[in-house]
Amino acid sequence: MMDVKSIRKDFPILSTKMNGKPLVYLDNAATSQKPASVIERISEYYRTYNANIHRGIYKIAEEATEEYIKSKNNVAKFINAAGMEEIIYTKNTTESINLVALSWGSANIKKGDHILITEMEHHSNLVPWQLLAKRNGAILDYVKLDKSRNHLDIGSLEEQLEKDPKIVAVTQVSNVLGTINDVKSISKKAHKHGAKVLVDGAQSAPHMPIDVKSIDCDFFAFSSHKMLGPTGIGVLYAKREILEGMSPIIGGGDMISTVDYYSCTWNELPWKFEAGTSNIADAIGFGAAIDYLNKIGMENIHSYEQGITKYALQELSNIKNVKIFGPSYDEIKRRSGVISFGIGNVHAHDIAQVFDSEGIAIRAGHHCAMPLVTNELGQSAVARMSFYIYNTKSEFETVLNAIRKVKKIFMVD
Amino acid sequence: MALDLYAEEIISNYEHPHNKGKIDKPSAEMHEHNPVCGDDITIYVKVSKGKVEDIKFDGSGCSISIASASMLTDYAKGKSLEELEKLGVKDIINLIGVDPGPARLHCATISLKALKEALFLYNHKKPDVETKRL
Ligand SMILES: Cc1ncc(COP(=O)(O)O)c(C=O)c1O
Repeated sequence: MMDVKSIRKDFPILSTKMNGKPLVYLDNAATSQKPASVIERISEYYRTYNANIHRGIYKIAEEATEEYIKSKNNVAKFINAAGMEEIIYTKNTTESINLVALSWGSANIKKGDHILITEMEHHSNLVPWQLLAKRNGAILDYVKLDKSRNHLDIGSLEEQLEKDPKIVAVTQVSNVLGTINDVKSISKKAHKHGAKVLVDGAQSAPHMPIDVKSIDCDFFAFSSHKMLGPTGIGVLYAKREILEGMSPIIGGGDMISTVDYYSCTWNELPWKFEAGTSNIADAIGFGAAIDYLNKIGMENIHSYEQGITKYALQELSNIKNVKIFGPSYDEIKRRSGVISFGIGNVHAHDIAQVFDSEGIAIRAGHHCAMPLVTNELGQSAVARMSFYIYNTKSEFETVLNAIRKVKKIFMVD
Repeated sequence: MALDLYAEEIISNYEHPHNKGKIDKPSAEMHEHNPVCGDDITIYVKVSKGKVEDIKFDGSGCSISIASASMLTDYAKGKSLEELEKLGVKDIINLIGVDPGPARLHCATISLKALKEALFLYNHKKPDVETKRL
């Protein structure tokens, strides 16, 4: 069981106000809030052992290096990777996916090859593949949504796999629909066709236990800032043998082993992909975020969020003229705490504005998934609330109030 | 930000926008789209003797974008092009009666941007930096 009351005390921002009302933060799919332990761990580095990592022959440089590596080991364990050699630090999920497309993709995708993604992808798991397809003359295919517009169509997946794509890139959780995709089964099917598999874990790693060995994906990408950690640090996990065969895309210091005037050899994993001075402070802060998540337990987090999401979906489904996008509460096992919704014909920005006046932070727009929102859902924008460990049922009461207010202002029945 | 954004006048211009529709054979027309929020406005102007003889807009969007298009087209009717070319952010805020704040300023200015660009087009000129920034 989770003690949400005491969890809330760990997050300084949750006792602040917005527009004179207690802040109700429901934009966790965009970025999460940070506990004091993360903020303090970062500040402690800057205050007491700030130094560049790797080659420093003095105490605080050794300390900084140690903490940086500890953070990587922490991350490796968190997703059950074989070791920190498989953990590349990037800026965010987006950079992680681009690294795969630029390095692995450029070397392995040839003219006429197929790349398979889905209609559910965030732009960060779509645009890099479009660019790669254009660069190398490859063909980009999409797994379609099923009739409910809530899940991937497995028939469509199998049909597309017949084209033997070189890579299948899929999100584990949709940042618009909240749908949880069975990436383990997708991975198994894709591997039978010889494809590599990339899983976008931006919306899953913060909210559920992740086991990359069990999923058996070749690449897994996620961001620290959506899981209580600082911005500016993200992860690319890849199987060691794949990373060994990949070339770096950025050259410079730290990523080489030896350099002469006309050639060089690469450093060991994972350093070969981390040129230049790393984001040391945020890597260390990310380690603290993982410590925090581990202390609560990812299973507990997942089941708590399932509970509050189910409750919210049930309540929302009882309100006239509120439309929910994504699986309903009776499919709660197949969805996360991301709820996109609409109220009558009110524009999503107007909804968000009224929520803002009530101290509630939600997001409105296409959520960086334009093909999904415009083509599949037929909306120019949707409003989205998304839960995390510190959200409560009583906070959701304020949401119900705000919905009534929207309806009143815009004369929705 | 305050809810006076949803002042009666804005809501009524949103629910019942003025000058909505197209103009056949306009002197100039310009489409503006905001990909972030999906606001989508096209302005049609008919010019005669250096003045706006008729103006309409078409499209979809949030209350601020539709209401401001409605009010701006009301305002522009009969005005000289010179006068309209001088309009800026401040004028739109005065026109709609509230400052929508930084996050939604672009909703208020999308129709002004389209109108000014249409006038540049009419004059066979490229839009200036100020207009592009709207
Ligand atoms: C599913 C999904 N993938 C990728 C991203 C991109 O994450 P980042 O902006 O941290 O690179 C997001 C974040 O919005 C997301 O929701």
